[in-house]
This record gives sequence, structure tokens and C-alpha cells, in this order.
Amino acid sequence: MAESISRSLRDGCLEGEHAPALTIEDSLASPLGSHVFDHFLANLASQIADGTSQARGLVLVALNRSPSFYIDLLRRKGVDASLVDKWVRILDCYSDPLGWKDRIPPLTNVQKPSTRENVSFFRDVRDINKLLSSVLDLGKGFVGQGKTRFAVAVDLVSNLLRHTSLPSVAGLLNNLRSNVASVQPIMQLTDEHRSRRDFLWLEKNSCKAKFCVRLKRRNGRVKLLAEELHMDQVGVKFAAVTSENSFVNKSLLPKVQFNLQLSDQERVDRAKVVLPYEHQGNGEAIQIYDGRRSLSDDQKDPHLVQPSTLSAMTDAQANSGNGEIHYIRDSDDEQPDSDEDPDDDLDF
Amino acid sequence: MNPSPPPPPPRDPDLLEEALGLGRGGSPPWRLAFVEDCVETSGAFVLHHFLKRALSTEGDGTVVFLGLAQPFSHYDRVLRKMGCNLSVQRNKNKLHFIDLLNLEFLDEKGENDREIGFMDLYNRILRSIEAIRSKDNNGGWTTIIIDDLSHLEIAAHGSVKHVLDFLQYCRSLTSEMDCFLVILNHEDIHSSDEALQMLSHLDYISDILIKAETLSTGIAADVHGQMTVVIKDAPGGLIKKLHSFQFKVKENGVEFFYPGSRF
Repeated sequence: MAESISRSLRDGCLEGEHAPALTIEDSLASPLGSHVFDHFLANLASQIADGTSQARGLVLVALNRSPSFYIDLLRRKGVDASLVDKWVRILDCYSDPLGWKDRIPPLTNVQKPSTRENVSFFRDVRDINKLLSSVLDLGKGFVGQGKTRFAVAVDLVSNLLRHTSLPSVAGLLNNLRSNVASVQPIMQLTDEHRSRRDFLWLEKNSCKAKFCVRLKRRNGRVKLLAEELHMDQVGVKFAAVTSENSFVNKSLLPKVQFNLQLSDQERVDRAKVVLPYEHQGNGEAIQIYDGRRSLSDDQKDPHLVQPSTLSAMTDAQANSGNGEIHYIRDSDDEQPDSDEDPDDDLDF
Repeated sequence: MNPSPPPPPPRDPDLLEEALGLGRGGSPPWRLAFVEDCVETSGAFVLHHFLKRALSTEGDGTVVFLGLAQPFSHYDRVLRKMGCNLSVQRNKNKLHFIDLLNLEFLDEKGENDREIGFMDLYNRILRSIEAIRSKDNNGGWTTIIIDDLSHLEIAAHGSVKHVLDFLQYCRSLTSEMDCFLVILNHEDIHSSDEALQMLSHLDYISDILIKAETLSTGIAADVHGQMTVVIKDAPGGLIKKLHSFQFKVKENGVEFFYPGSRF
């Protein structure tokens, strides 16, 4: 599935269509979005460098990490440095996003970091229109004015949302899709209610995650796919979802010398057990055994009738019109409908 | 004439230094450390620890300290008991203390004043780094310590956006100027969702998270709290290692130990 995403980004779009867009979301509980972004970014850059992609260049809008990080990343992933300089342009919105450095005196006697030719500073992230123009200018600057397309990657849209409104950012992405081959923005979701996190759980689950994809096809169909994502020394690895849950459940049972689970025959027998105080609907009168008389005793001495012995008619007999209710009073001495209050003899 | 006594041997790193990968000197292997404490357990001792280590004779570190919570005299008194004279270090140009005890960005004219205020603060940090590196400390490493973030929020009249913008610029110094950033904040003083989102954002961008909290079993005389150190492989990345131990704050320092190892 991850491969199909990479192919979609590589193949770009047909004439007159919007570019394919990949949005990556993560959260504090599973903060692997940056690694996934790096994976697809490196793949796309490699395909652009090889000439196998529809996009003939890549513009990276860097808001969350420094441009040098991405250059090192692409070098580590095997993209040739000369091709990176030729086909990748980085719009640096990380170093000076609000233009403060232009408004304060420059430093003296301090060695400033060297700037690369393929890195351009952008100093006003609040101006979305200017940002869009800069991205398009960078892209057209190295792919020409013809119908050649370029790809755009944005890291991190959440930083943009801090400076400008959601409709503005949505408009930016929409405009980009009209002009480019593929768009790859990444968003961070921060927990709304920050509670005490279980760091042990995070440590155990921080190297794997579930990669859920919502794929919108051209025909309008939306496919929901999922893969497992593992982190290792090299980077991100995707694998098909395994039936791990049942395996986990089985492995959680302790290994003891007695059986903790029911066999199929035992489940069937358990379903056949007649439960007391429950109408089974077999057409016969139900005798409820109270433990003091034998169930097989059909001779009932009326003077020895126990209060707890009741008999009730089933629905079948009631339907036949012969329903009866037998009520045995607690005390035979008490007269019915007596006006006396039985509690009159109490002296509080 | 008696020969001068040999210098004392370097002490073994404590549990916190081991967890942070600080070893016996040299620059930290991370760039941004976020220290979280709570009302019942102050994490200020962690900043004192960083301050002392950065200014120790074993390393060639320098410090730019943003003092928003306490005056210089407070830190001077505390560090003297720990064996570090901040006045001497300041005179040697190894420590630049920016006194921000009454920091306030006047908001009478509008929102731009807060941005200008933070920009001026960023400029002061840059000048401090410039002053430090203009002398003989060009080869050293600089730690920027902020004590503490909640006072920046107060100065910004609760504007989380301005605080995060300022932190973005401080964070850029870690890559451009080879600096290290240590920020102290309080976990349990925020009620608004926006502030909680700021804490989550700080979790995302930090390389190391140091959490000082009370003991789950309650108050104890010999153990003042427990500490959790979360090491990430990259900002916003997966957790590489987790350390958990307890501590006792003493007059001349802090003692770290594993649970159950004290008798």
C-alpha cells in the first residue's frame, strides 16, 4: 500500500486534473508522522533524480526542521548530492519565519552558517499569497514555463496554522494542486486533553504503528487501507497487517496444567443446561426445588406445604385458557383484609 | 616551596547525567531539553544542575540564562552551595544572565508590541552569544536556559502563539549557532486547551523530556520525588530510551538513586 502511494506521487496527474495529494497525520501517542514524511520525501526525490517521475523537480517548504536536515536526509537515503542541488529547492521558513532577523542588527564576529544555492529564505509565513507565489516561482524557476510539473512537500502544516487561518491554508494547498504534480503536506495532531502519559506504554509502542490510508480514486470511490509500520535503524518499513490480536490473546493465557478454556463440546453442553427460575417453554408445569423435598415426590400433604414451593403455569397452558396461580399465605391464622395493623403491638 | 595540590579527580556522572548522555564533560548529545515539573515538585534543581555542569572547569561551555522566575542573587546563592560561583563566571564572560524578573510587553498599542517585545528578547540572546563568542570562547558550546516558560506566557498576556514563535527562533539557534536549549515549564498550571496544546507542541519538538513529579506513594522524608527522562531519537520521533529514578534535593546538590536502593 505504501508502494502504491509512492507510485501515485510518482505518476502525478493527467492533463486537466488536480495533482495527487498525500496528507500525513500523526499524534503524540504515535509521533511517527515525520518519519513517514521522510520516507515518502526520499522516495519522491529519488524518483525525480532518476527521471522516472512526472514531476521534474521538488520544492520543499521547510517550517519544522532546518534545510540542512533535509539535505542530510536525502544524502543518507542515497540521493546524489549534485542531483539534489539540481532538482530540489528548499524554501526555508524555519530560520526566520517572521522576518525578525531583518529587523535586528546583524551579528558581528560570529561565523554565520553557509547558505546553499538551492535554499531560499522566506520571511513572512503569515502572508499565504506570498508563500504560494514563492513556491510557484521556485518550481517554475528550475522546470521552466512549459507544461512540466514539479512536486511540493510541506513540513509542517500545523506550524502554518499557527500563523494563519485554516481556510487560507486550505486555499494554499488547493492552489498548489492545480499547479503541481503532487503535494505532500504533513500535519501534527496535538492531544487536546493532555493527561499523564504512560511512558512505558509509549516506549513499547514507539517503534511501530498502524498506517491507515484513505485513498480517493478518480471515480469517486474511497478505499480504506491499513498497513503496519515499523521503525528500524534504516528507517520506516511497511508490512501487511497480521492477525496479531488473536495471537496476542492466545499468548496472554498463562501456561498452566489445567484447562482455562472450554472445548466445543463443553460449550454445547453449557448451552443445554436448564437454568432455574427461567421459563423454558416446554409445555409442562415447572416445579422449583427448594432443597427440602424430593423433586420426584408427587404426594403433597397440604399441611406441609412450604411457602417457598410455588408452581406456575407456562405460557402454553395459559394459552389453553387454564392458567392458575397458587398463592400460599405465610400464616393461616391471619384473616384476609384485616383492618388491624400488624405492627400495633410494637412498642418503640 | 610546597607544590600545588593536584586537581581533584573528575567525579563519576550521576544518574541524571548518565541518562542525558553527559558523561564527564563535553557538549550534550542533544539540542533541546524540556523540563517539566508540577506544583508539588519543583524542577528548578534540574536547571541548577545544568548550570553548574555547563560552567564547570571540566568543559568549555558557556551559558545564556533567561532569569524570569528569580533574580540573579537567588541563583548565585544556590550555586555557591553547590560549589560554583556565578559572579566569577559572569566576570569571566562564561555566563550571561538576562534579568527578566519584571518582563512585560506593553499591550496598549496592540498586538505588535508583543511581537516586538519577543523580537527584542531574541536580539538580546543573540547579543549575548555574540559577546560570549567574541572573546576566547569561540570553540565552546553555549547553553540557553529559560526559567521558566510560564512567565513568558504571562508577559505575552497568555498569547501562546507569540511564545511559540519566540521558541521557534530560539530553536533555530540550535542549528545555526551550535547552541543547546533547556526550557523549564510547569505541567499542571494550565487550564485552557490552547496552553495544553503548547505543552504537546513542546513535547513534539524536544529531543529530551525530563519530568519531575511527586512519588506515587505520597510524601516521604528521604525521597523528594521521582524523575523520568525520555530520550528520543529525533525531535518528534520515537522514544529511544526511558530512565526512571528518584531524587532527594539537598543543600549542596541533588542525590539521584534507583527506587529501593536507599537504606
